[in-house]
Amino acid sequence: MKSEARKKQNKTFIRDIIILLISLSVAVVLISFFPQKRPRFMEVSWNFLIEMIAILPAVMILMGLFVVFVPKDEIVKHLGKTSGLKGVSLALFFGALPTGPLYVAFPLAGMLIKKGARISNIIIFLSAWACIKIPQEMMELQFLGFKFMAARLVLTIIFVIIMGRISEALMEWTEKRT
Amino acid sequence: MNSTAIFINIFSLFVLLVVFFKDRQKTKQALKVAVQSFFNILPTVLIIIVLIGLMLTFVSSSEISTIIGEQSGLRGVLIVALFGSVMHIPALLAFPLAASVLENGASIVAVAVFITTLTMIGLLTLPLEIKELGKKMALLRNGLSFVFAVIIALIMGSIL
Repeated sequence: MKSEARKKQNKTFIRDIIILLISLSVAVVLISFFPQKRPRFMEVSWNFLIEMIAILPAVMILMGLFVVFVPKDEIVKHLGKTSGLKGVSLALFFGALPTGPLYVAFPLAGMLIKKGARISNIIIFLSAWACIKIPQEMMELQFLGFKFMAARLVLTIIFVIIMGRISEALMEWTEKRT
Repeated sequence: MNSTAIFINIFSLFVLLVVFFKDRQKTKQALKVAVQSFFNILPTVLIIIVLIGLMLTFVSSSEISTIIGEQSGLRGVLIVALFGSVMHIPALLAFPLAASVLENGASIVAVAVFITTLTMIGLLTLPLEIKELGKKMALLRNGLSFVFAVIIALIMGSIL
């Protein structure tokens, strides 16, 4: 099981390297056709590289820490039984913890459904997981500034809660009809 | 290094120190995960940097602005939203990409809708989502996310 996951990871890594080589060669060809554009290209790429390197290791360390220190069954245990305002806050909180990409959360959500957790909380949990993860907010702060980050964060929290309620109502409504 | 980067580094270092004194073994394991994911994401980081460099060098601000700027209207926003739903790049890397187009003529609405659809909607992972959540809930979640991503972006455009 584990070796299979690793194999898949190696495959995506090789694919990424190939895409990188292709885009680098495209860049080299284009720049050699338009040599006057070279300084601009170097400056833009260099600035973004520096900005990334300044923050990426810190973000990765934080993600690594949470992956190891917050066991996934703990999340299911807590979310499965809470409801009300506490349920909503817990769903937002666990979703925001930096513990991997969205497809890691689907099996967790599946387990939560089986455990009888509220649909609205599962939707809130998934959306928070997708959209308001702590490392993402850090990158957003770094690249888009505080105002943009804060505005999107607050709006997303509000609408994700509304979305959870709408989904739940629609799911229950369609169930009653069949 | 700007102040945000310094703040984030100090914050991570602080958390790292706290957990190190709590559990050294687990912290070591976490650092291993961190190093591995850093190298996993590195090629994609470089791809994005090359693409940003090329885009900002060869596509002018006025061209970016006609496609995804203020005057592109709701149609422009919907096109960006579709684009964000279909694309599959690590969410962390959406932010430098978004910043580069925002500085060069893209509207706030377009950038916000791109980030939100990219993170919330995954066509590539939809089969897995259907398997785990059932068809109804998976489609409902993705569909509603699309609608709300557009609403969030439009509000952001009007307040920022």
